[in-house]
Amino acid sequence: MIEQILSPACWLVFLADWHLFLQAFGVTVMVSIAALALALALGVVFGVMSTSHFLLPRNVARAYVEAIQNTPLVLQAYVFYLALPYIGVMMGQVSVGIFAVGIYHGAYIAEVVRAGIQSIPRGQSEAAASQGFTYVQTMRWVILPQTVKIILPPLVNQMVNLIKNTSVIALIGGTDLMNRTNDWATSGASIYGPPFLVCGVLYFLLCFPLSTWGRRYEEKLKKKDSHAGEELRKIEEELS
Amino acid sequence: MIEVITRTFTPEILTYLLGGAWLVIELSVVIVICSIFFGLILALLRSYDKFILGRLAGVYIEIFRNTPNLMWVLICYVYAPLPTAFLRCAFAFVLFTSATIAEIIRGGLNSIPRGQFEAASSQGFSFVQTLIYIILPQCFQNIVPTLLSQVITVVKDTSFLSMVAVAELMFRSRNALALLPRYTGQTVGIAQVAVIFGFAALIYFIINFSLSCIVRHMHKRRHAQARQATARA
Repeated sequence: MIEQILSPACWLVFLADWHLFLQAFGVTVMVSIAALALALALGVVFGVMSTSHFLLPRNVARAYVEAIQNTPLVLQAYVFYLALPYIGVMMGQVSVGIFAVGIYHGAYIAEVVRAGIQSIPRGQSEAAASQGFTYVQTMRWVILPQTVKIILPPLVNQMVNLIKNTSVIALIGGTDLMNRTNDWATSGASIYGPPFLVCGVLYFLLCFPLSTWGRRYEEKLKKKDSHAGEELRKIEEELS
Repeated sequence: MIEVITRTFTPEILTYLLGGAWLVIELSVVIVICSIFFGLILALLRSYDKFILGRLAGVYIEIFRNTPNLMWVLICYVYAPLPTAFLRCAFAFVLFTSATIAEIIRGGLNSIPRGQFEAASSQGFSFVQTLIYIILPQCFQNIVPTLLSQVITVVKDTSFLSMVAVAELMFRSRNALALLPRYTGQTVGIAQVAVIFGFAALIYFIINFSLSCIVRHMHKRRHAQARQATARA
């Protein structure tokens, strides 16, 4: 592998197909963004539900989180890709990737959102209610905006995991960066070094800025605002 | 449905699937033990060595935390200098998981007050003695819940190995679907798929849910202790 990375001939063969990798990288980025949007939407809805006063929404959210967090993403992707066609739901690999990854990380983000909401003192909901805010209005205008500051670091952590987990598409044969790299390397000239190096660098370029920014933000928050830092520490302990 | 279950889970299929589950457990145990060992070394280097080794540990951790697990599985499956597929895949997971565990251990080390080092050295403890007798026991006590959640992640992520044809539970579930017509004479429909995948999901769920219950119990006990401590003070 190292020899291949150092060999210009291998790089020339690899670079002749660069557009394939660029296109696959585009698929990975697109799936990441779409899955993130889905995960955030699900996370906010189920996170709010799990702090509800009513038993039903709380239990529905609980069941969603437990079922998803305790089974592998690969299994969920297989259910979408191999089981759903039997009941007439056909999806391409890329849409399976978006739904499976989005629903999987939605459960994790729901837990982050729940912990964030619970870190806001109860008095705030009561004060908002006394001013005539409805439940949804209270969440939308009072509680959720305040949680954002605290839950941003664990949220960014989930984003990084989400990007890495889009590689699950490779297991159902989609053309994301991971599968394209593996396909290209194992077929034909069996050149492994350059494609895997580029694949790793591309994933790294997506994830590293995010995770570094998340860590910096967290350090700054802990230094600047000791109350928020303490809440964040509690949330992280609870989420672990 | 009951008829499908009794017809699907013949002794052969059942032992085949449970064998996959056992492989998942074996893999996870090997991976977690090795990763804690290497993760500890990485964390100690990154925390206490300010020169080249500490930097290298930092670079290692950043690389593996920001690239997908599956990529290392695919690379190691071909290139790791180990004899069996099992070991090569476990190696890939150890590379990856030790970086994550190193960060967990580092968090535990950071949570221990600096004064403990000074107190220990004033009592004549050397640096290594301080680590072994004073710092690490407290550190591990603090991070056990986080480590257990990492175990859950490892158990789930072993399913990525079905891509390289390691016969763990997920791979065998897919394979069982292909074998079903031959062994049981059933045509594969939604009922059969649901039963097989449901069985796999149940096994993963039992393993992970019991682990997460332990984690939750530990958190609860810790909160109760903290509350008692503040009440006393």
